[in-house]
Parts: sequence; C-alpha cells; structure tokens
Amino acid sequence: MKFGVLQFPGSCDELDALRAASLVGEAELLWHGERDLRGADAIIVPGGFSYGDYLRAGAIARFSPAMESVIDFAREGGLVLGICNGFQVLCEARLLPGALLVNANRRFTFRQLRLEVVNADTHFTRACSPHQLLSIPAKHSWGRYYAAERTLQEMSERGQVVLRYAPGENFNGSLEDIAGVCNEAGNVFGLMPHPEHAVRELTGASTDGLLIFESMRAAVGSVVA
Amino acid sequence: MPELADALALGLTREEYELVCEKQGGAPNALELAMYSLLWSEHCAYKHSKKLLRTLPTSGPHVVVGPGENAGAVDVGGGLACAFKVESHNHPSAVEPFQGAATGVGGILRDIFALGARPIAVLDSLRFGEAASARARYLLDGAVSGISHYGNSVGVPTVGGELYFEAPYESNCLINAMALGLAPREQLMRSAAAGPGNVLVLFGAATGRDGIGGASVLASAELGAPDSEEGATDDKRPSVQVGDPFEEKKLMECSLELLQRGLLISLQDLGAAGLTSSASEMASKGGVGIDLDVSRVPLREPDMEPFEVMVSESQERMLCVVEPASVDEVLALCERWEVGGSVIGEVTDSQRIRVRDGDELVGDMPVAALVDECPLYDLQPQRPTEPLYADPPKALERSAGARETLLELLRSANLASRRALFEQYDAIVQSRTVRRPEQADAAVLELPDGGALAVSIDCNGRRVAADPYTGTVAAVLECASNLACAGAEPLGTTNNLNFGNPEKGVIAWQLSESVRGLGDACRALEAPIVGGNVSLYNEGAAGPIYPTPVIGMVGRLPDARRAGRLGFARARAQIALVGSFSPSLAASELCKLRGERLPAGLPAIDIPAVRAAQLVVRDAVREGLLESAHDIAEGGLAVALAECCLAGAVGAQVELGDDVWEAIAAAPTSSEPVAEILFGEAPGGFVVSASEHGLRELAARTRVLGIGTVGGERLVIRDLRADTGGAGAPAAAARGGSGSAAPPLLEIPLTDLADAHAALAELFA
Amino acid sequence: MLIRPKEGILDPQGEAVERALPALGFDGVANVHVGRMVELEVEDEHQIEPMCEKLLANPLVEDYEIQLIGSAETA
Repeated sequence: MKFGVLQFPGSCDELDALRAASLVGEAELLWHGERDLRGADAIIVPGGFSYGDYLRAGAIARFSPAMESVIDFAREGGLVLGICNGFQVLCEARLLPGALLVNANRRFTFRQLRLEVVNADTHFTRACSPHQLLSIPAKHSWGRYYAAERTLQEMSERGQVVLRYAPGENFNGSLEDIAGVCNEAGNVFGLMPHPEHAVRELTGASTDGLLIFESMRAAVGSVVA
Repeated sequence: MPELADALALGLTREEYELVCEKQGGAPNALELAMYSLLWSEHCAYKHSKKLLRTLPTSGPHVVVGPGENAGAVDVGGGLACAFKVESHNHPSAVEPFQGAATGVGGILRDIFALGARPIAVLDSLRFGEAASARARYLLDGAVSGISHYGNSVGVPTVGGELYFEAPYESNCLINAMALGLAPREQLMRSAAAGPGNVLVLFGAATGRDGIGGASVLASAELGAPDSEEGATDDKRPSVQVGDPFEEKKLMECSLELLQRGLLISLQDLGAAGLTSSASEMASKGGVGIDLDVSRVPLREPDMEPFEVMVSESQERMLCVVEPASVDEVLALCERWEVGGSVIGEVTDSQRIRVRDGDELVGDMPVAALVDECPLYDLQPQRPTEPLYADPPKALERSAGARETLLELLRSANLASRRALFEQYDAIVQSRTVRRPEQADAAVLELPDGGALAVSIDCNGRRVAADPYTGTVAAVLECASNLACAGAEPLGTTNNLNFGNPEKGVIAWQLSESVRGLGDACRALEAPIVGGNVSLYNEGAAGPIYPTPVIGMVGRLPDARRAGRLGFARARAQIALVGSFSPSLAASELCKLRGERLPAGLPAIDIPAVRAAQLVVRDAVREGLLESAHDIAEGGLAVALAECCLAGAVGAQVELGDDVWEAIAAAPTSSEPVAEILFGEAPGGFVVSASEHGLRELAARTRVLGIGTVGGERLVIRDLRADTGGAGAPAAAARGGSGSAAPPLLEIPLTDLADAHAALAELFA
Repeated sequence: MLIRPKEGILDPQGEAVERALPALGFDGVANVHVGRMVELEVEDEHQIEPMCEKLLANPLVEDYEIQLIGSAETA
C-alpha cells in the first residue's frame, strides 16, 4: 500500500502528511509539475497554500499537471484525501461538491477540535465507530463550507457528510457544521481539520487522526479491485 | 554632485561626511554617498553600541556560530546545530503594522536559512501603548494579522512570544521576531565571499522601490508623534516594504536545496540597505572585492536609478557566491522553484566595491571604509535625576481585597491569556511541537534524537525602566526559569536591545547598565550571546520607550517525553513552592494597576541562588518527579497559582502557614504583607505539583514549602499564620484541621478565573 | 472583471467594513460587500467569460461582471 502526497511550491503540511501516512504504509512525495503518480494506491492533497492561494484557495493548484492526473485517478475510483488546502483544491476541481469560504470570524484560527463521525461507513472512516468524537486540530482562514441547499440535502441523504464539528466547535461558520465530505462514489474525501497532526502522542493532542489513514489502508484493496 | 547638505539630510554628521571624503579621496557621488550613509547608519554600523556589545560573553562549549553572522548557532547534539536570532522591525511596524510585522518575520526567517538551517519555529515579542488606546489596538491587530499571514503561509510554526501594553510604547511600538532553525552542523553556511573569479547570483523577487532609504530614514530617526502633524506617518508609507510569503517559501526551499547540493560558496540575505549591505558585508568578511552590475538586476519597476537598485529593500531576495562551473545548475534549480535567478557580478581581489551600470562605472569604494571604518562613539551615560516616565493610570484602589485584586490582575492586558493571539498562529506545522502555547513556560520542539529544544523570549520593560541593571538580569533569569520548568538547560542567548536615543545621557545610562546586566546574567548561566540586534532611537513625542532588552534563550532537554507542563495535572497532587523567592511589590503589575510611580531601583538579585533553584527544578522535571512546574513571574504567587489551575482545568486548596511567611517574606516590616506574598514579584520562585513521594525526593535536595493540594473547582488561598491580627487570626485554633473556620484570603471559582483571564479576546472581536 | 460574493452568502469582510464605517463617523451605510477586481488586457474578448467561469471566479459562490474599458483600435 503506497500513499502519494502531492507537493506544491506553497505546500506546508506535506511532510506532516507524509510522516502520518508512513505510520500505516509506504508514502512518497509527488511534485506538482509532474503527471506521474508513481503507482500510488491513494493520493493525499496536503495542507498549505499550494500556489500562494492568491486568487482563491486552491483555484490555481487545481490546474497543475499532478492534479490533472489526480482527477483522472479519482474518476477511475482511486482513493483521494484532501486536507485543508487539499480540500479546497478538490472542491475547485469539482471532485467534491461545494466550496470553502473565508471563516466567519475572518481570522486564521488554530484550535484542537472535537469532530463527530457522521458516516462511519466510508473508505476514510471505517476504523471509527458511528458518532465517535475525534480530537483533531484545525488551522485555516478559508474553511467555511458552503453548498447550495439542495446539494446539502442530497449529500445528507447519500451519506456524503462524513464529519461534523461537535456542538460549539464550528468557528468558521460552515453550513450544517460540516467539517468533511466525500463524493457520491465515496472515493474522494476532503476535510478542513488536519488528521495528520493527530497521529502521535508526543506532538499531537490525540492519535485520533490515525483512524483516517488506517481506514484508507484497509480500503485500498477493495477499491482498486 | 551631492554636497555636505545632502550628507546631513541622509543622516551623516559633518565629521562623518568629511571622513567619507577622505576615504574616497574626494567628494563621493550620489550613489556612493547613499551607500555610505546607509552602512554608516546606527542600524548597520552599531556606532553607538558596538563598544558595549564587545563586553558580552560570546563563547562557550555549545557555541558553533557566534555574533557577526546572519544568526548565531549552538550545538544541540545528534550532529545538529540550532541557528537562532531575534530582530526588530519597530519603525516599519509603527508606519504600517501589517506589512511591518509580516516583513519582520520574513527577514528573520531569511537570516536563519541564510545560515543553511531550516526554520522550525518563530516567536514574537510585541509591545504597544495601553490597551485602552485605539491606536495601540489598531497596531496590535495589524501586527498580529501580519505575523499570522506570513508565518502561517511559509509553513513555520509560531510557538510562543510575549506581549506587553505600556504607555511609553504608544507612539513607538516594538515588534521583535525570533526564529530558530535546524541544520546538520557541517552544513552551516557562512556569508564570507571567497574566491576571486567566483560569481555573484541574486535570486528571489524582482527589485522595486520598496523601502528606499528605509535603513537610514526609517530605522534611525525618531518618529514624530502620530497626531502632531497631520499625515506625518502617511508620508512614510511609500518606503514600507511589502512582503510575499509565497515567494519566501519558494526562496527558502530553493536556498536549502542549493545548500544541500553543495552548490554555494556563501549565502547572504538582503535585509536593511539591500544589495548595498549584503554585498559589502560578504566582501568584508571574505577580505575580497566585489564588482556588480546594476543593469543585470531584474527590476519590478523600469527606470530605477543605480542608487535605487543598490539601496532597495525589496523583500524575499538572497545573494550567493558560486563557482563559475556551478552557475547553470544553480540557475536551473532556481527555475524549478520558480524563483528568478541572475548573475549580477563577481568576486575580485580588489578589496573594493565597484558598481557598474552596463559599461559605466557608477560607484567605487574601498570595502573596509564602507563596512569597518565608520567611527564608533563612546556613550556619555548620565543617571537620571528625575523620573523619565509618567505614572500609569490608576485602575485599582489600594484598598481592594485579595479576590478583587487577583481577578483584576488576571484581566489586565499584560497578564490576560494570550490565547486570542496564538489561536491566529499555526503552532503545529512541521510536527515538532511538543508543548503548544500556554501548556508550558517554554515552547518545546522535538529533536530527531528523542531530545527536545525549549525556547523562551522575555523582557519586562517596566522592571528594566525601574532598574536597567537588575531588570535586565531578571529578564535573562526569567527566560532560564522558563526553560528550567520545561526541563531544559540554556545553550545560548540572543537579544534585541530596544532603547531610545543613545545620544542622550539617560538613555546611554540605561543602555550601558542593561548591557552590564545582560553580560553578568549570561555569564552566570553559561548561556553566551550568539547573536542579536540593536534598535535605538525608539522615541516618540512623549519621550523614550521603556528600555527593552528582549531576551531569547534556547535550551535542550534530553527526553522530549519528559518535557514539563505548567498546568496542575491531577487532583490530590501536592503543591509546593520551590526556590529562593523574596517577593516585592516594587515595579510589580499590582503597582501599575494602582497607578504608582516606578521606583528608582529594584531589590538586588542573588543570581547564584536563582540559578541553583533552576537546576533543582530542571532536574526534577527531567526525572519525572514533578507533575507540573511554573515559574512565578508577573502578578506573583497568586497569579501563578491561577495560571496552574486554568492550564490544568482544576482547582487548588492553598494554605500559607508560618513556615511560608517566614521563609519568603522579603520585608518583615512590610505594611502590606498579604499583598506582598500574594502579588509580589521576584525571580527564582516556582510553583510545582507532585506526588507526596515526589516532593519528599525534592525536599532532600532543596527547601520545599508545601502549600496545598490540587483539586476541586475553585482556587482557595488561606492564611494559616498563628499570630496575625487579620484574616488569619482565628487560624491558630484551626491549625492542623483542614476545615479552617477562618475566611480564606480568597476563594474564586475556576469559571470566574477563566472569564477574567479571557479578557484579551475583546481586542480581537 | 468585478467579482463579488453571491447574494445571500455570508460576507464577513463586508460585515466587518459595515461595522467599522459608522465607528469612523460614516452613518447610513448598508449592504457592504467586499469582492475583488481583476484587470487584464486580452486580444479576444470572447475569452473573458470562459476565463471567469473556469478560473477567475467560482460560480458556485461568486457573481462576476465584465467591464470592457476599450479596445486596441481606440487605445
């Protein structure tokens, strides 16, 4: 099982994601300018500021050669995880529904949060139990999840709302407290909080983030087949 | 051709101008004069501070790189060195706080990676006028946003810092930023140019008219009062530099990869005075000359004059020396990181800086004259005979009770929780952060060998104003105490001396006394100064700032898993006071709230005794004997206890018996012994919590005063003296029984403590 | 191109400005929205709309408006 972690010139959390993924499998960095995904079984689009995020977070990164390959990979059913800026990129690429807007508090905010697992029956959350509370940090300026009302309803019916902020934790003003969503096919998942920063006791306030990576490892066989 | 008047306008004195003419063998042309005026400014030449700085201890067993390079560095074990430095960006921030603070962070990061080290942490040290001032709040908001914007975007965690609000900073805020980086020892890079025939490559952002004259106009002139002349500060806006963190991120990755591939002879960032300063410094350190051609510098704006290119302070640029054979590879790597790279000159053996514009020679100066031969001045210290600073506004009556006083202190802008700030910073990127802000007295960062770095930045300018020598000693000791609570021993120190105009006798006195204290304390701690910065002329219409020698200290602990915490961790743990601690209200936060004048002098500090207490606490933390450790600082014992409760989300029952009063009361004749013991300040005291076994072990090594138990949902402090006429009077009967009938000195639910402590959030609403 | 948040979408930047203006003595201010402006020169003006749709705006959450300031013949 090999994770490929994209690296843009403005990525910040790519090495953190690489280290976290290495705890459950092999992991390798993939340069944004190259199309070759080097046989990765799952892709992580990491946090940071990809190309500086000047126009809109993720708007330019979405057109990079590596992302073009990731879009094809996802359309063929490959597992793709987008964290923070990676979530923004996946929304810009229309691999995930909705968009991320500037936080309601208008500030970059870093907090350790409690997240509720709304759907524990996805390739990304199967190691969690339903309604389990995960302690995972978030840190971003553009994390307010938005989708049209009708889309939200459909997502909810199809189990695409995977994670919600626990009561009182939604500092960014996301609609319906949504913290993480997957696509209809269930192979692409994006979330604003950072599971890769909750994988070791020493540097994380919890190890709950590991559940996401372990779920992906377990899912890889079934998805690829 | 410029004349004396132009030289004076650029900040040189008549004598300095005449000396320049002598060095040049005639009057300098405009470009030459501009370069001299910048390199001979206080900012670059340290002409009023260099003689003092030479008295500081700069060597020791851990020092790898001492002062004089882009940053200092210490050996942290495992073949690694930690590069670190603090720098100020005060005057640019007073003009435009967002960009000023952002580019301050950018500049200090470049100092670190110029040395070949990957930046791993930023700390910031901020000072503004009183929090009630709209201007102070505007500057605070802008500066915090700027640090957040820049630091978060480059992927370097902001792990700590300090913040003070004092009236003397109203028209001259202080924005100091410290950064740390890690590198394999042998990869550390020097900035000395070498090898005539080698090539100078400028890489990074294009050059524009940013900060033209910044170093001399902005950094070395007193700021006018913001309100006195309408538009006075607006006029300075065009010369403020604008930062681009995305460019910095690429520049950093590109620089580190160039170094890793061994492609560079030397590397230097472009900071104050831009190309002028970096090229001259590189030539001077290498004992060589440099020829460069301004027509080969990529420009953001067309039609820039040669002198503008030479003094521009456009951000995110680096200058390196490479062998001719490596140039293609260097430029290819720049291209991969989308960073512009251009060959702009070469190293010569002429020992002169020669500036060309295409074929035309537009400037020619001896390197030594530019860099090393600026006259140095002796200070004329004069001890002040009358108070330099106005009394603070009164916020609390002297008659206020202990409960009200503690809540008011926790609510006060200098003591309230910094959560509202640090939540705006990414403290965890790079996955090294073992202790996040407010979890321990120092930030703790994991090292690859299982050990950790602890780092702290501190200075209480009010105490330095009251007594520049003792206040500076206290600031150094405070940093070391913070490290001790994390379990770390100091390895090295950096400092940023923020002072007023040194040409005035009283400021000269503050500066020389402070540097004397800095040297004494660093020698005692064996924590030599490996680098730093000086920012003088920090004065506004209302007078000088408080003398503010900001101290940054880096230490190491052997086992990251044992890093100390400040919060009480377990109900029923025993609380104890450790250390030689003689609290006094002199220059304390309580005195400030009461509107009292600064005293002329502070009680003397027994440095060896404080050092001994630090060693005991440090070792106990390392051995896992303690469940929490917190040093007693501003606000005294009561505030320290409240902080331990809040960080651990648990209450405490504290009882101050005869042994405590006898041991720590500084002045038995004090008119307010209760206020003194609860809220008095002095270095060297620690609040720790541990099991009974842990405290017994500790008591075998030092004096341990048991003062209570962790638990419950309120902080209760009782006076258990046998013979007081006040609150403790009935306590004699109750001694030995925990259900004392005496009313406690204070009893406050955790929720009330938390509400008061959260007061700063209002500033960011 | 003028790009602004779609009507009905929370615009915290606009709200912050709307709160700040009265504090500076500018009364009677309402419906503040903060967007951004993209200026460019283009040979074929028919490309502008696809540019907006594909990159410059996010049609999910933003409206855009195109203003032609002149053409090469008149410039």
